[in-house]
Amino acid sequence: MTGAVSARRLGVVSCHACGLVCQDTLPQEITPQAAHDPHVPGSDAPDNADRGRSYHVDCPRCGAPLHRRRPNSIARAWALLLAGLIFYIPANVLPVMYTSLMGKGSENTIMQGVIEFWKSGSYGIALVIFIASVLVPCTKFLVLGVLFVTSQRRSRWAMKERAKLYRMVELVGYWSMLDVLVVAVVAALVKFQGLSDIEPRIGILFFGMVVIMTMLSAMSFDPRLIWDGDTE
Amino acid sequence: MNDTTETRPQPGKPAILRRRWGISLIWIVPLLAAAIGISMLVHAWLSEGPEITIFFRTATGLEAGKTPVKYKDVTVGAVTAITLSKDGSHVKVKVALMQSAKSLTSKDSRFWVVRPRIGASGISGVDTLLSGAYIGVDKGRAEDTASEFTGLEMPPPVVGDMPGKSFILKSEDLGSLDIGSPVYYRRIQVGRVASYQLGESGQDIKLQIFIDAPYDRFVTTNTRFWNASGVDVSLGADGLKLKTQSVATIVAGGVAFASPMGRQASPAPKDTEFTLTADQGTAMAPPDGEAQYIQLKFEQSLRGLSVGAPVQFSGVDLGRVVSINLDYDPEKHRFPTVVGVVVYPQRMGRVLEKLPKLEGDNDRQAALFMRSMVKQGLRAQARLGNILTGQLYIAMDFVRNAPKVEMDVNARPITMPTVNGSFDRMQEQIANIVAKIEKMPLDSIARNLDTTLVSLDKTLTQVNSQVLPQTAQTLQQTQHTMQEADETMQQARQTFGNVDSLLAEDAPLQQNLGQTLQEVQRTSRSLRVLTDLLGRHPESLLRGRPEDASTVTLNPAAPTTKEESTK
Repeated sequence: MTGAVSARRLGVVSCHACGLVCQDTLPQEITPQAAHDPHVPGSDAPDNADRGRSYHVDCPRCGAPLHRRRPNSIARAWALLLAGLIFYIPANVLPVMYTSLMGKGSENTIMQGVIEFWKSGSYGIALVIFIASVLVPCTKFLVLGVLFVTSQRRSRWAMKERAKLYRMVELVGYWSMLDVLVVAVVAALVKFQGLSDIEPRIGILFFGMVVIMTMLSAMSFDPRLIWDGDTE
Repeated sequence: MNDTTETRPQPGKPAILRRRWGISLIWIVPLLAAAIGISMLVHAWLSEGPEITIFFRTATGLEAGKTPVKYKDVTVGAVTAITLSKDGSHVKVKVALMQSAKSLTSKDSRFWVVRPRIGASGISGVDTLLSGAYIGVDKGRAEDTASEFTGLEMPPPVVGDMPGKSFILKSEDLGSLDIGSPVYYRRIQVGRVASYQLGESGQDIKLQIFIDAPYDRFVTTNTRFWNASGVDVSLGADGLKLKTQSVATIVAGGVAFASPMGRQASPAPKDTEFTLTADQGTAMAPPDGEAQYIQLKFEQSLRGLSVGAPVQFSGVDLGRVVSINLDYDPEKHRFPTVVGVVVYPQRMGRVLEKLPKLEGDNDRQAALFMRSMVKQGLRAQARLGNILTGQLYIAMDFVRNAPKVEMDVNARPITMPTVNGSFDRMQEQIANIVAKIEKMPLDSIARNLDTTLVSLDKTLTQVNSQVLPQTAQTLQQTQHTMQEADETMQQARQTFGNVDSLLAEDAPLQQNLGQTLQEVQRTSRSLRVLTDLLGRHPESLLRGRPEDASTVTLNPAAPTTKEESTK
């Protein structure tokens, strides 16, 4: 809080591509003046506020655009999160898998599968599916949403925990494709003509999109924004 | 913040460049997602078909959310919910149909549950053993749609768009027929019974049958249908009959049809009505036309007469007995039998055209005609049809010297006078014979016979003692004679042998004969020369041979002598 020294404070900016540190020539003076935010120095202000003038600064060494924070970070993260959320609806409504056993075929959505496994007594499998495909995505939406909102508001609330949460979300992201993988593997394995057959259905595609969107959203979020509130 | 710290190495000062975009393109992603989501929603909304409710007696094999609805084996919907009806008598099955299956909600569409069934006429729905039951649909034709249907308990034997034709059969009763019973043409199964229902009056049954496509053209306007159910055993006045169509019909029943020979007819249009008769014989009989009910009152007992017994008119089967009842005659204190018969005047065939046309309605016409016939001596009679079984039939015939009876034309039902049948007469005759036999002096006959037999015995012993030895002698003599005859025969054979040798080719007799014949030939030739000579020169007899006779033989004189000698 008090003693935190950031590159911004020192008036330097490092290139994200080649790591060159150079003077911060980014037009940030304008930002605080034209900031919509009630908060004083909007680091993300160039994203939101520089409607009229648009310019960018390139790294003198490698030519990559320079920025203090990832540009458009929060907006991108929001956009992708929103897309993920939208995709989550068909992923749940539409069937994800078609199973046919001894000629008796049925299409199941995620929740139907969970309920079926639960009813048949396979609580473990039901729980795994439920956690992997309902609980995790939902918490991810929630966590990301909270992160984005708090970062936008430059909240100083539980910054360390938020950072931890973010890392967790990133970590979990790798495993979110579990459902998709299960369907892919099972569909490839169970192909006994006539006896038993499993095929993926459109729902699983949407579910995969949800995972991809949330992962991209988490990636495009600049975790440094969590700490920006600290600089004041 | 433009100031940089002097103490550190100077970082370079990157130039400020113009930015290219105002709004971030990233917002396209959620927009795209939303577009896809909305399009899916719209698609789902558009493809959502009508929801219907089907009532079934039981929900055996049905499962909410699982059981599909299939039309032509294509899934067109699924059961969404199964609930019990309010009174608990049946189940309500809610079905969500696809948009493409909207046409299946026609008012007369039929729904049934396809599950494995094993019946007398076969096994069906085997595929559902593994896949589980599903709801089958047959598309209706009605324009109106409905949202509530009553499901069939059995799959319909005929599905709407099968090639073929359906026909209506009218029958007195159902027999052992059922929905799905086969229809045979020349013992090939060509169709089946689709449905049956009681006629409006409750007097008959209407069967709907369906004939499959290539065979439906064999159903012509004069085709006859008969019930080929089970084994048809009939013991009638004409003996025992046993008939069956195929083994399957014994169990499941069946209908057969055929067209009478020799008559060309056009194929019958759809839903033509036919009559289903009890057996082939009746079916193939010429059409009966209007039936005429006649009452007959018999004085005698009619043991052996049964309902259905034939009524014949001079040997032609005209009708049958429909009722036999007892009546009481208070004046004579008798119990006459009242027999109701039905006759079909049409069966008389061409005769009808020759008969005089009478006025009035059918009954009156018949009564008037009958009265004229009764005047001629037409009477009904119960006759013995089969001596073995004792079956009676009713015969209408002209009886000579029948007592005069006046017929009441206005009485209904028409009553025809009767005479006691041949059966009774036979009984009387037999009684007479028995009486005569009784009158015979059997005792004296027996006695006479006895004495005769005694004398016969005596004669025989005489024969034994006297005649037989003589006969033996005679036989010996005969044997002797036979031996002699044998000898004679041998001699005769010898004689024949001699004759044979005489007649042989190289026998001297033969040679002599040949020579003699040559002689004769020569003689006759010279004789001809002589006669020629004499013909031409008759004078030569006196004068001798003339000089110029060139054709004359060398020696005319010699033949003359020879001729005489041969003669």
